[in-house]
Amino acid sequence: MSKDIERLSDPGLPEHIHRKADNDPRAAKKAERQVAILFSFSVVGTLLFIGSYLWIPSKKFIFLPAMGDTNAQQLFLGLGLTLATLFIGLGAIHWAKTLMPDNEVIAERHEFRSEEIDRKDFVETVKTQAGAAGLGRRPLIKRTLGIALGLVSASPLLLLRDLGPLPKKSLEQTSWEKGTRLVTDPGNQPIKASDLEVGAVAQVLPELKPNEERTLNNIGKDAVLLIRIRPEEFQLSPERLSWTHEGIIAFSKICTHMGCAVALYEQQTKHLLCPCHQSTFDVPRAAKVIFGPAARPLPQLAITVDADGYLIAQKPFSEPVGPSFWERSS
Amino acid sequence: MSTEKKVGAVANYVDERTGAAKWMKKNLTKVFPDHWSFMLGEVALYSFIILLLTGVFLTFWFDPSQREVLYQGGYQPLSGIKMSAAYASTLNISFDIRGGLLMRQIHHWAALLFMAAIVAHLMRVFFTGAFRKPREFNWIIGIGLLTLGIVEGFLGYSLPDDLLSGTGIRIAEAIIQAIPVVGSYLAFFAFGGPFPGEAFIPRIFTVHVLLLPGIFLALITAHLMLVWYQKHTQYPGPGRTEKNVVGYPLMPVYMAKAGGFFFIVFGVTAFLGAVASINPIWLYGPYTPAQISAGSQPDWYMGWLDGLVRMSPPLESHLFNHTISWNILIPGLIVPGILFTGMALYPFIESWLTNDKREHHLLDRPRNAPNRTALGAMSLTFMLVTLLNGGNDLLATHFALSINEITWMSRIGVLVLPPIAFVITKRLCLSLQRHDRDLVLHGRETGRLQLMPNGEFVEVHEPISAAKAWILTQHEQPAALEFVSEDERGVKAPKGALNKLRARMSAAAVEQVPRVDGNDLKEIEHH
Repeated sequence: MSKDIERLSDPGLPEHIHRKADNDPRAAKKAERQVAILFSFSVVGTLLFIGSYLWIPSKKFIFLPAMGDTNAQQLFLGLGLTLATLFIGLGAIHWAKTLMPDNEVIAERHEFRSEEIDRKDFVETVKTQAGAAGLGRRPLIKRTLGIALGLVSASPLLLLRDLGPLPKKSLEQTSWEKGTRLVTDPGNQPIKASDLEVGAVAQVLPELKPNEERTLNNIGKDAVLLIRIRPEEFQLSPERLSWTHEGIIAFSKICTHMGCAVALYEQQTKHLLCPCHQSTFDVPRAAKVIFGPAARPLPQLAITVDADGYLIAQKPFSEPVGPSFWERSS
Repeated sequence: MSTEKKVGAVANYVDERTGAAKWMKKNLTKVFPDHWSFMLGEVALYSFIILLLTGVFLTFWFDPSQREVLYQGGYQPLSGIKMSAAYASTLNISFDIRGGLLMRQIHHWAALLFMAAIVAHLMRVFFTGAFRKPREFNWIIGIGLLTLGIVEGFLGYSLPDDLLSGTGIRIAEAIIQAIPVVGSYLAFFAFGGPFPGEAFIPRIFTVHVLLLPGIFLALITAHLMLVWYQKHTQYPGPGRTEKNVVGYPLMPVYMAKAGGFFFIVFGVTAFLGAVASINPIWLYGPYTPAQISAGSQPDWYMGWLDGLVRMSPPLESHLFNHTISWNILIPGLIVPGILFTGMALYPFIESWLTNDKREHHLLDRPRNAPNRTALGAMSLTFMLVTLLNGGNDLLATHFALSINEITWMSRIGVLVLPPIAFVITKRLCLSLQRHDRDLVLHGRETGRLQLMPNGEFVEVHEPISAAKAWILTQHEQPAALEFVSEDERGVKAPKGALNKLRARMSAAAVEQVPRVDGNDLKEIEHH
């Protein structure tokens, strides 16, 4: 408080200026009427609300500029509710501002700490009473109680164990096996190399075994994207090149960053883009990450054709698909 | 019987059964100060009530189940498609329940408003220093409400199980799975097995409609009780001191104003729900892990988190056959953790830095606390850059820009711009202080020009009112803290380095334009 030598002085609360309605009964009456009119508008809103519910057919759509096709009943129910509530609010506030007392009132504040004597007494009481229990003098009791309380509050978490199974190898496995046919999704039709033109993309899933049902859990790991480019455009190791078939290359569709579907393929640049966080994968270079937060390329599925010319998997994925996890070894 | 008499009879009836007369008498006329910025917290409270009302309505028809059903409802384009019961029942609410779509939209708009009001209220409290002693508890409760609000909002828009929200859940699963050592276990427990499973929607439904609203109610009650008990802060002004509250009594003025304001907030959300389509889940389709729609965006209060994830560099460690995904952990858990912890602890940090342990009931004008204001501007800049990057794909498509360049700008901007914002804001605060000083010393410019006898033109200045002059000069300007690292006998003070840091921060904090005092005015009179 270096500058407190001579502060300017606090002029105190300004003089109260009366409103028109405070002195003039005619102005007060006018304000009263205004409040009543506002409340009446609310009643009109409620009537609109009830009327819309009863008389507007619930399947009727009307075209409105900027809003497009709009369900008329929902719209007018909403507008009715808007008027009904808004005008109660406006009326109440107008009432408070024009007719209720507007004298500013001063209330005193009190410091929160108690009187010195009470506080001393309080601290002293806590001290002696705690001393009477002897917690400080009997460390054995303190420690065992601490352990007991800690255990009893943490152990119910054990009951949450049955929320789900242990992951085991589940995150590392997919339904793809050696010789599994690739089938279209949707459609579940086996697919031939000739079905894909250069530049085309197709989403495929492993063919279902008899009596097997497709679940979202499986799709979440099995989804594969087929892309066909000209074979000479590949920049792959000989091993990876042998995983392709006539320019068709297959990648897991599940992003290695956070598991979104990597669905945007740009034909000109041959880039695959994940719409969630824009990780960008370069298809000719085995889906190498060229931009964005993903740290690993999309796993490549080795494909070939069977005797009937249908595309099949050469072998399962050689690494886990989808986002990383602690137990992942590569 | 007149209305007054009737009300009096009710009061008597209540007191005879509860003995509440003394307490009620005191509290019904409790004084609250008036300022528009005090309504921000009210907006949050009222949107919470609207959320409860509309939310209960929605639960009557919503079926929180991931069981597969064949859709046969009123929305033709999806007729005969397989989907979860959760998605089908959301379509049912939107197309076959009269007023259902309206309630869904009001619920969603109110949730956006709830979060916006919380953030605006938090900024008001921060920039005016309302969090200072004795209100630290309420600050922490507020940060808790903000955090839970983000979680509650995310769970809420995840419930319909549409393609957009399912993608959000997938990302949440990846964050859980990325936690070192226990991640895949936690993910399997949360989802009852592999993603997506059939357990998650029913579970988050319970959390969304029971657990979190219960915690909200408890925390909001505590928040309001503390406001009540500690009495509201007030802005500085003539007659307003640290020892009083100047304002209007609860009954009848604030009952009418606050009650009326609730209806206005309700009206605004009802209007938005009526005319502004939000989260049209029927356009997205049911969730399947193999599909996605371009331009996927979370609700606005998640945007900064998404933006952080999007700008993260592709870092992953592979050590001893284990993987650590820094590209998820840093933006998804570590940075948010540091931000929210720092925010919760801020009242204690500031009190330690300024060594100020006194109670404060008069609010600061932000310019008079330049360091705090600059820190706030710095944090907001950080949030703004991350939020913009959360929409980098939309920015790219709408303005025909390169998404890679936007992301790189954000990566650099998120580190460079906040410090710049700090410096600029601090300078702005000091300029405003200088302006205040000029106003008090030389009066305000009237815009009237006067021709002097010698031909010179001067602008006439008018002295400002005593009330205005008081507002501009009432604040404190404490001197810098001085810490001795060793006493006269050469004994080193404990924690010398920490104290040194504190002394330096304190020296930075006292960089202020001297406030006008009595001596300055006297000097002027001499001229």
